[in-house]
Amino acid sequence: MSLRFNRKYLCIPYAVFLALFVIAPLIVIFYYAFTNGEGNITLSNFIGFFASTNTLGTLLYSFSLSIVTTLVCLLIAYPTAYILARSNFKKKYVLLMLFVMPMWINFTLRITALKEILSLIEGNISLYPFLNSVIGMTYDFLPFMILPLYTSLLKLDNSLLEAASDLGANKFTVFLRVTLPLSVPGIISGITMVLLPAMTNYVVLDMLYNSTYIMGSLIGGYFSAYDWHNGSMISLVLLVIIFIVTLVTNRFSDKDANQRGSIL
Amino acid sequence: MKKYLRILWLALVLFFIYVPILMLAVYSFTDATMVGTGIGGLSFDNYANLLKNEELRSMISGTVLLAIVCALISTVLATFGAIGAFYSKKLPKTLLNTANEIPVVNADIVTGFSICILLIVIMRVSKDTFIPLVLGHVVLTAPFVYLSILPKLKQMDNSLYEAALDLGATPAQALFKVVIPQLIPGIISGFMLAVTLSLDDYFITTYTKPSTFDTISTYVVNATKGGQTEIKTALWALSTLIFLIVIAVVIAMNVTASKRARRAGK
Repeated sequence: MSLRFNRKYLCIPYAVFLALFVIAPLIVIFYYAFTNGEGNITLSNFIGFFASTNTLGTLLYSFSLSIVTTLVCLLIAYPTAYILARSNFKKKYVLLMLFVMPMWINFTLRITALKEILSLIEGNISLYPFLNSVIGMTYDFLPFMILPLYTSLLKLDNSLLEAASDLGANKFTVFLRVTLPLSVPGIISGITMVLLPAMTNYVVLDMLYNSTYIMGSLIGGYFSAYDWHNGSMISLVLLVIIFIVTLVTNRFSDKDANQRGSIL
Repeated sequence: MKKYLRILWLALVLFFIYVPILMLAVYSFTDATMVGTGIGGLSFDNYANLLKNEELRSMISGTVLLAIVCALISTVLATFGAIGAFYSKKLPKTLLNTANEIPVVNADIVTGFSICILLIVIMRVSKDTFIPLVLGHVVLTAPFVYLSILPKLKQMDNSLYEAALDLGATPAQALFKVVIPQLIPGIISGFMLAVTLSLDDYFITTYTKPSTFDTISTYVVNATKGGQTEIKTALWALSTLIFLIVIAVVIAMNVTASKRARRAGK
């Protein structure tokens, strides 16, 4: 068989790259999570994770922080996206840009700015760790929630809304029974964009008051201590969470809207 | 009345988004060392420091260089990857799409940590070679380039490629002169996305960077913990400059987009 040029061979370098630097590292994480320093297979990292009140407490705190952050983002982003998408403002694209532009400013610089303002308002910001974590993460992730909601609300078929009101539904019913169900894919996309980063982005907390509480910070701590095995265990736990969330959301999510920065 | 409520809501959200950035911008032009203190006099010291300080300068240029190099590698790899996958049979295509999806849904911290373990702990690649850092950023950015090219491939007119072959072009010529030019919009937006993702990354950088090298993200995080006010206020200037650049790019993009739309409308 002669190796004639064929367009499909073009994907070989990328396939090899993905196998070596995406698939292989995950296999390695799995291996490291269930071995110890001597290379023996062990469950001690696994048991260590689930038997420690410290790690379980962190997991719980992480969950509550990310769920509250996601809800706050949704509550702010939904009306915003709704007003933007349904308005008859001529240049609504320009207006949308105003809302998502900050996501192109380095997030550490944005959090620096937020920290200055919070210190100005509250004095000592370490007095309200949970509240300030929610504010910090909302500030960081809000554009990622607005964007998918806007995309899915923009696609909404106007004739469906008109039909509903012609058939006697009042504005509130139209929203509850037509608009809201049709925007579920956008809501799901937005939730995945915020929920997982809110569990792992410990830098936001670290910058706000030099203290760390969430899942991501555990990995950071083990990394600094060169403890690759326990770090891998935490990564594996996160991977399982991500896998479950992805499985659930893939069924509903809006394929057009779940890209980071899909506006470009 | 309802209309005013809507405008009020949008204004409130914009207020929340922009007050920190704008306050920092205002104070970057003063000699104040804390936001909220009385504004003394106008001063450009922070901007001068940003230019003068060797450490800051090399950190900024390093970040930009890293982003451009990684975005270029990602764009080439993922463009050919997407073209190849598009013409492959169903099974390899599905496998490639799935593998491509992993870094997209995965947490950056897990991506960074796993690459660190494979390359630095197991394969003993020195961090100082920049190889783990560049590879890590390519893993982060290439899948997004791939995703921005796929829709353009689906829209492409396949008969043009066939026509080129019928007219005597070799497959390679047809690829570079017919297929790739049709993908240019997707390639450009993929490249831009790759640059912005790389510029914004913190986690993959932390786990793979040489200890003496810093990007804007890692530098800022360390600087907020340190007590050097001169560095801190110089970073306010940096934030303001980036903000201005982002505004300029957004305006430029809108102007070219509306020009193109007008031309297409004729």
